Amino acid sequence: MNRAALGALLSHWVRHPLQALTLVVGLALATGLWTGVQAINAEARQSYDRAAETLGQSALPRLEGPLTLRDLATARRAGWPVTPVVEGRLPGSRARLLGIDPFTAPPTGASDDLAEGAGLTGFLTGDLVFAAPGLDLPDGLPEVRVLDDLAPGLVLADIAVAQRLLQTSDISHLLVLGQAPVGAPPLTDLLPGTTLVDPAGQGDIARLTDSFHLNLTAFGLLAFLVGLFIVHSAIGLAFEQRRPLFRTLRALGLPTGRLTVLLGAELLVVTLVSGTLGILLGYLVAAVLLPGVAATLSGLYGASVSGSLTLSPLWWLSGFVMAGAGLALAGGQSLWQLARLPVLAPAMPRAWARAQATTLRRQAMAGVALLLLSLSLALWGQGLVMGFVCLGALLLGAALLLPPLLSVILDFGTGRARGALSQWLWSDTRQQVPGLSLALMALLLALSANIGVGTMVGSFRATFVGWLDQRLAAELYVDPGTAEEAAEMVSFLEGRVDAILPVISVETLLEGAPGDLFGQVDHATFRDNWPLLDAVPDVWDRLAAGEGALVNEQLARRTDIWAGGQIDLGAGGTRDVLGVYSDYGNPRGQAVLGIDDFNDRFPGVTPQRYGLRVDPARAPEVSNALIEAFSLPEGRIIDQAGIKGFSLAVFEQTFAVTAALNVLTLGVAGFALWASLTTLGAMRVPQVAPVWALGLSRGRLAAMDLLRAVILAAFTAALAIPVGAALAWVLLAVVNVQAFGWRLPLLPDPLGWLTLAAWALVAAALAAALPSWRLWRMPPAQLVKVFAHER
Amino acid sequence: MNARLIIALIWLALPLHAQGFAGLGQGGEGFALPEPGRVFDFPADHGAHPDYRIEWWYVTAALTGEDGRDYGVQWTLFRSALTPTGPQVWMGHFGLTTPDAHFTGERFARGDIGQAGVEPTPFDAWIDDWLLTGPTFDTLQLTAQTSEAGYDLALLAQGPLVFHGDAGFSIKSQSGQASYYYSQPFYEVTGTLDLPEGPMKVTGKAWLDREWSSQPLEGDQEGWDWFSLHFDDGFRLMAFALRGGADFHYASWIAPDGTLTPYYGDALGLEPLATSVVEGRDVPTRWRLTLPAQQVDVTVEAVNPGSWQSTLFPYWEGPVRVTGSHAATGYLEMTGYE
Repeated sequence: MNRAALGALLSHWVRHPLQALTLVVGLALATGLWTGVQAINAEARQSYDRAAETLGQSALPRLEGPLTLRDLATARRAGWPVTPVVEGRLPGSRARLLGIDPFTAPPTGASDDLAEGAGLTGFLTGDLVFAAPGLDLPDGLPEVRVLDDLAPGLVLADIAVAQRLLQTSDISHLLVLGQAPVGAPPLTDLLPGTTLVDPAGQGDIARLTDSFHLNLTAFGLLAFLVGLFIVHSAIGLAFEQRRPLFRTLRALGLPTGRLTVLLGAELLVVTLVSGTLGILLGYLVAAVLLPGVAATLSGLYGASVSGSLTLSPLWWLSGFVMAGAGLALAGGQSLWQLARLPVLAPAMPRAWARAQATTLRRQAMAGVALLLLSLSLALWGQGLVMGFVCLGALLLGAALLLPPLLSVILDFGTGRARGALSQWLWSDTRQQVPGLSLALMALLLALSANIGVGTMVGSFRATFVGWLDQRLAAELYVDPGTAEEAAEMVSFLEGRVDAILPVISVETLLEGAPGDLFGQVDHATFRDNWPLLDAVPDVWDRLAAGEGALVNEQLARRTDIWAGGQIDLGAGGTRDVLGVYSDYGNPRGQAVLGIDDFNDRFPGVTPQRYGLRVDPARAPEVSNALIEAFSLPEGRIIDQAGIKGFSLAVFEQTFAVTAALNVLTLGVAGFALWASLTTLGAMRVPQVAPVWALGLSRGRLAAMDLLRAVILAAFTAALAIPVGAALAWVLLAVVNVQAFGWRLPLLPDPLGWLTLAAWALVAAALAAALPSWRLWRMPPAQLVKVFAHER
Repeated sequence: MNARLIIALIWLALPLHAQGFAGLGQGGEGFALPEPGRVFDFPADHGAHPDYRIEWWYVTAALTGEDGRDYGVQWTLFRSALTPTGPQVWMGHFGLTTPDAHFTGERFARGDIGQAGVEPTPFDAWIDDWLLTGPTFDTLQLTAQTSEAGYDLALLAQGPLVFHGDAGFSIKSQSGQASYYYSQPFYEVTGTLDLPEGPMKVTGKAWLDREWSSQPLEGDQEGWDWFSLHFDDGFRLMAFALRGGADFHYASWIAPDGTLTPYYGDALGLEPLATSVVEGRDVPTRWRLTLPAQQVDVTVEAVNPGSWQSTLFPYWEGPVRVTGSHAATGYLEMTGYE
């Protein structure tokens, strides 16, 4: 009995392979996008964890200031459990060099290799360093052993070796591993001129990148929801079409319970197949997108993420769980109806439609409530989570409002329609809204998200490029190396260039949090180019005279200290704030003093870089002369075009990722629409048949179907544009400020929006093409049958 | 007292660790080697000898508390040169034993930055805030603590330095590996232990070993048992057995005036009487020790069989009580029990 019933049930799929495909592909797409995004997030998180675990650095308080290894001895002899760290960029490469003291350091990723004797000896004598996989390292390093456990982009060396490579005798900071015995003097008394920095105040990479990952997760969830719409319509169709079969099976004596169990088993099989496909698809998505995401993260936040993907059993499982949950959600309603189905149930499309009116009213009210919530959160909400709740409420509210709005528009159209045919078209469209609403909501979500995220990235890019043009005004940037080299270089450059602008800075505490304090010469380059958001009169003259400091927007926002206020610049003293400048892409606080002022405060500090003003045409010539005269290795001299090129490449990567996700979500939404139309196409035959019988050709009916889909999509797109713009505003003005501390101007991109809307119409037309074609090609006999058979 | 030698060499993290406490075939190439007939030069020789591969300052104290119970304290500073010209590294060990608890601590430091070191005059040996310091080698203050326990002891020497083996040239195997080895076994101790349940005033006797070498042991020697005993009649005994290959026995019999008589081979009898399971290993914690030439036939019993030093390279070290022909307090160290 079971076998026969199962065979009968499954035969439906054999006769409708396209439907089977819809179901499996829909679920696989949904699961795939979800797991792909999860895989990317997991990989990135793992990379941050490895980076943080290297010394547990992110969780430990640190002592900062002018420190050497002698100070390590002083602190430890006083009983303080501290360990020294030297950090810097490995000269000639993009790798981060971390120097540690293996005797006092907590366990690192290299502990096992150090416990092996030759390893420790080589490490201490400078014959061995450890490196993360996949690094491009310069020549002249000691033996390099590649360790998979090291954080990406990291080279680990003994502290003395690291000091030699970085040409310094200082250490970056002391990590404080625990408490000193009772009676030990405080570290800051023991080592004057140092400050103890609490880990809570440090810029934690994970926190910075959280919003990026939240964005990705939101994208993944959105794709999953859109996928669920597909599954919902495919399952709904399959159940609807098999009603006669269910009736037959029941009439033959198959108990309802048994039938439900069999259909449940069918769904389980679909889950397993689609889940597996989806996970494979997710792996593919992640593998394709990960390099772009890694490049974005490292470019924007300096967070290193390994570009290779590991297939973890956890996201196999999560993929199946999501697929199963999705199917249960989509199929549960159908199973529930089936279990309560009277043996001979009549079809009741009108009653169903009437019930819909109440639903629409409820939806409208819920939608308005959500939009109000979103608005109030945007105005008064605090924190990143609230920002995202605001986003979610906006999207969901807009989606819920779509069907009622469409109904209102279509009612209006029906009222205005002249002629029987156009009246029928309007009211027939109105009749279809309930059946299409899920798919249209999915389309709205996908379009709004694409418009919003696209606008955000575009605004970010335009602002950032403008800012780069302003801030990177010098034609060449050169790393002078040691103080002696720097002096030689300056005298060599005198007369060869128009101006030499030192880039000189120290790390210090700005209003209690770590940041950078710069010294800046008074030059037209800055006066002409720096974007000041807020300033006192004669700001540049006063800065040059040492009367105060400029601070970046992040610092100003965080402390709410603006031009005219006073700010504590740690080692730089307390200063008047003369102005606030925008400083995109930088998570840390920053402040600028006049160069004389800076040199008085920090006499021992030498410039990290010189910016050289020179006729752009002569830049390559100067660059070559410098390289020859000082045999500068690659990386010590960078031209402006190079820096800009790199920054723009970062954005191209971000764009590529966004664009790929856009295409995927739009594709999924189009698929949902197609599945819904297919479902409706089969169900609507009894409604179309009378119109056909009245003399309308199948071709005209099909064309009207196609038109209807396009019109519905156009309405949806028209609604999606303001929603998307609102979304972009929330992202830029709410989420961005909460996540990074700066606000970006919203740059509307109407052409891009219209292009997207056009694509939505194309997607709708494509989605409607097959069902329309079917109607056009439907054998007249099938239409006639409607009148012969009571359905 | 090669006990310490092997620890130090293993601490150098040579593949030894994987092979157990055996196989010390590492050469001393490029390092200075001990030779007979050295004329010691004090106080300079209390300081470090960086030409040699390994060296230590090793204090053990057998103590009695105000409550009448036995306590023990260990403080050790190891120095090691990774290569003849290369970096010096330091390791400190902390041990504090009560009849029912044992506390362990361990510190490491690189040389040349002042985090650890030894200065001969005035005498100062330290790693972090663990100190052995005083105006001379005869008057020392010993302090160290971990997060659980600590001690602060005054050591006052009541006798001269003694030189083991052939006037401080101490042979460690049949084939002649050796070290320089002298001790100050005559410290009287007063001070305070800082225990979790509160401070405990203690008195007792301490023993300070100084030893340095570059290549001390045979490859097939797998561990050792080392005893330092303070007899009630004022005599002292240092005895050790190196196990594995051909067992190697040695004892120094020290009169109250510091006169030292060395005994080799069968002159010293060592026989385990009972073992305890410590950290999953069978460790002998009751011994019969005989030195017939001095009419010594005693039973040595651990105050706390669980005196396990769970350091990077773990071993057993703790105070003992001695009964039989002579009564004594002292210290026992055992390594190589797997």
